[in-house]
Amino acid sequence: MYNAKYIIPGILFFLALALVPVVYNMGHQFEVKPELPKDQKECVLPTNEMRDKHMQLLNEWRNEAVRDGSRIFVNAKGQKYVKSLTNTCMSCHPDKAKFCDRCHETVGVAPYCWDCHNLTPNQKSPIPPVASAATGGH
Amino acid sequence: MKNSRREFLKLAAVSAMGIGAARLGFLGDAPAHAAGLPTVGNYEEGLKAKHWGMAVYSAKFTPERIAACRKACHDEHNVPDIAGPKEIKWFWGASYEESFPTEHGHYLSEEVEHRQFPLLCNQCETPMCVKVCPTQATFQRPDGIVMMDFHRCIGCRYCMAGCPFGARSFNFQDPRPFIKDFNPHFPTRMRGVVEKCNFCAERLAVGKLPKCVEAAEGALVFGDLSDEQSDIRKVLREHFAIRRKPDAGTSPSVYYIL
Amino acid sequence: MLEKALKGSPRYWGTLTALGMVMLLGLGFWLYQLTFGMKITGLNRDVSWGFYIAQFTYLVGVAASAVMLVLPYYFHHYKEFSKMIILGEFLAIAAVVMCLGFIVVDIGQPQRMLNVLLNPTPHSVLFWDMVVLNGYLFLNIIVGWTSLQYFKNDMTPPKWVKILAIVSVIWAFSIHTVTAFLYAGLPGRHYFLTAIMAARFLASAFCSGPAILLLLVLFLRRLTGFDPGQKAINRLAVIITYAMCVNIFFFLLEVFTSFYSNMPGHMAPLIYLFNGIDGHTMMVPFMWTAVVLGLGCLLFLIPTPVRQKTPALVTGLIMLVIASWIDKGLGLLIGGFTPNPFEEVTVYSPTIPEIMISLMIFSLGGIVLTVLWKIAIEVRVEVEGGNLSMVPPPAAE
Repeated sequence: MYNAKYIIPGILFFLALALVPVVYNMGHQFEVKPELPKDQKECVLPTNEMRDKHMQLLNEWRNEAVRDGSRIFVNAKGQKYVKSLTNTCMSCHPDKAKFCDRCHETVGVAPYCWDCHNLTPNQKSPIPPVASAATGGH
Repeated sequence: MKNSRREFLKLAAVSAMGIGAARLGFLGDAPAHAAGLPTVGNYEEGLKAKHWGMAVYSAKFTPERIAACRKACHDEHNVPDIAGPKEIKWFWGASYEESFPTEHGHYLSEEVEHRQFPLLCNQCETPMCVKVCPTQATFQRPDGIVMMDFHRCIGCRYCMAGCPFGARSFNFQDPRPFIKDFNPHFPTRMRGVVEKCNFCAERLAVGKLPKCVEAAEGALVFGDLSDEQSDIRKVLREHFAIRRKPDAGTSPSVYYIL
Repeated sequence: MLEKALKGSPRYWGTLTALGMVMLLGLGFWLYQLTFGMKITGLNRDVSWGFYIAQFTYLVGVAASAVMLVLPYYFHHYKEFSKMIILGEFLAIAAVVMCLGFIVVDIGQPQRMLNVLLNPTPHSVLFWDMVVLNGYLFLNIIVGWTSLQYFKNDMTPPKWVKILAIVSVIWAFSIHTVTAFLYAGLPGRHYFLTAIMAARFLASAFCSGPAILLLLVLFLRRLTGFDPGQKAINRLAVIITYAMCVNIFFFLLEVFTSFYSNMPGHMAPLIYLFNGIDGHTMMVPFMWTAVVLGLGCLLFLIPTPVRQKTPALVTGLIMLVIASWIDKGLGLLIGGFTPNPFEEVTVYSPTIPEIMISLMIFSLGGIVLTVLWKIAIEVRVEVEGGNLSMVPPPAAE
């Protein structure tokens, strides 16, 4: 190969660099235990579905509520809920740091919901309180 | 006019209490702090129309009344209080000349000359802001309300260039530090998006009238322009009303009774 | 061919380093804007588009530089332009890159930019502007790069390159037309609301774009000895002169329509720009400078014996570029937004960070242009041998 002595080590170095995070986390187990509401037994959808698809659900909610004016969500059991992140989700899960952030921090995502949406329906100030150092804020 | 307004307020109140409590929605048995939040029942009793519009009894407006409406609106929607040319406003007051700049009347009645007119988004029938928006972040609902989807706005400000009424404001900075009386039930905005009056779409959805209409104590009439029996049509039949800059071709849904 | 950009004289590397430093400095200001928002600009509620969008608009014109060469070359077989064409196409690439850069820094949520593609909106002119600008960028990259490659290999470019070149000529008209439509269709913005906006954009583009190209080519001739041929220079100068006359004529049409009709909304922006309203006279010195330079440049450009002398030509071209820049890069946007919809004046002037961020994009364009022109000239040296001054026109088609 033309210039193989530069290209092959280059490719190897690149691959090594790309694989660092995978190797680093290999064998590591992580378990996240978000704090669940004590006075509520069930969410709008079964827990598994919420864990896997809450982002899709929120995305659907925001489009339907804002754009189609459809603000009532009916789940498979026929229960009705208001499509609202702050007023519905955060009423039951009032502590973002102990619920949302625990997972999001672990998997390294930073959704920007909170740039506009309030943390709870009884938040006192427009600027959300900065969460503890471990969970960070935005 | 007053009668039917009272009627539908009553209806809204009844639905909030009765139907809401009967539902199995989780807000029915939600934690205590959530009291006062709109329930599923409230949303089922939302106000509907074919074409929402507003009539302004401009003679009933004093600077104080405009300030009261403005405060009611801005507090409800977490509109930041920023001074200077980067201001954000959903509801504000202006002189006759600023409000109707194409009229150029030389000899105005003194009363009109000194009157302050309440201004807000005209919720046009053929809105230019909707036409120019490259992402459909500004869109028109079937009931005529011109809405913003803040999730989608890229902040290109083309709508601000398109609006002939100066009804749109851009968040040049994070608005949160400038919000005075905060309403936790309504979101704030983030930096870099455009915003404007939404005709209180979120209040209509739970059967309430727009906040400014409530605060104006009868000086603003809100209703369905396509319903001949509505209060607003009755008011417009009985009074001479004009719209701002009709020559811009956007056909405002806000009428001013001089 | 790209490897030709990797070896160069200290002067070449010095230029790139200097431009890179300016870009880094500007980048710092852009990060500042990304952190604190557009409050660091002079933009406001009333003048919601300003310096960034104005530069974008002007540079769309500069991107036309290629057309005035490609059109005579491909449509009328005017072979004298063969040496300059590639420079024009590469200048167009640099100009479009700068255009896109100015859009990116102007929007409030640049990370959501792809929303324009996710929600294609045919009734928004901005959507079409994105389509035509990117299309023009790719056309010029493909046509320019392929014909240079074939020239290097001493081969006739394939037929599809010629077809794409012809498409790019027509496409170039679309970038001006669509960019003009961004403004021309807005009710209530009287300075924009004119049927000849697209025509004005074309006239202004066809004088200022080739003028900048010609200035750069003359500079290149001094620097490297690369000579595009006196005939080509003279011909391009004639094209620029005619386009400038048309440009001024179109502007006077606007003045007539506004003032003879006596319609207040149409007169107000012109009065603000040339006289000031309510004591706000910030734009007045700029606009009158543009008038003096715009008319003055014709004294150097119209008489053939004067125009054919390089120093006079350079003077005329510089005057033309400044005049057209003030007209389009300042006056158009500020006049369009002043007075505001309440017929009040809100003064806009760009802030230092705004100018620094603009310099970042100009430097980026400078880097793209330097690298591309370096490649083009090196290829010529390789093919025609010896020094940088090449004598016989190549049989390129």
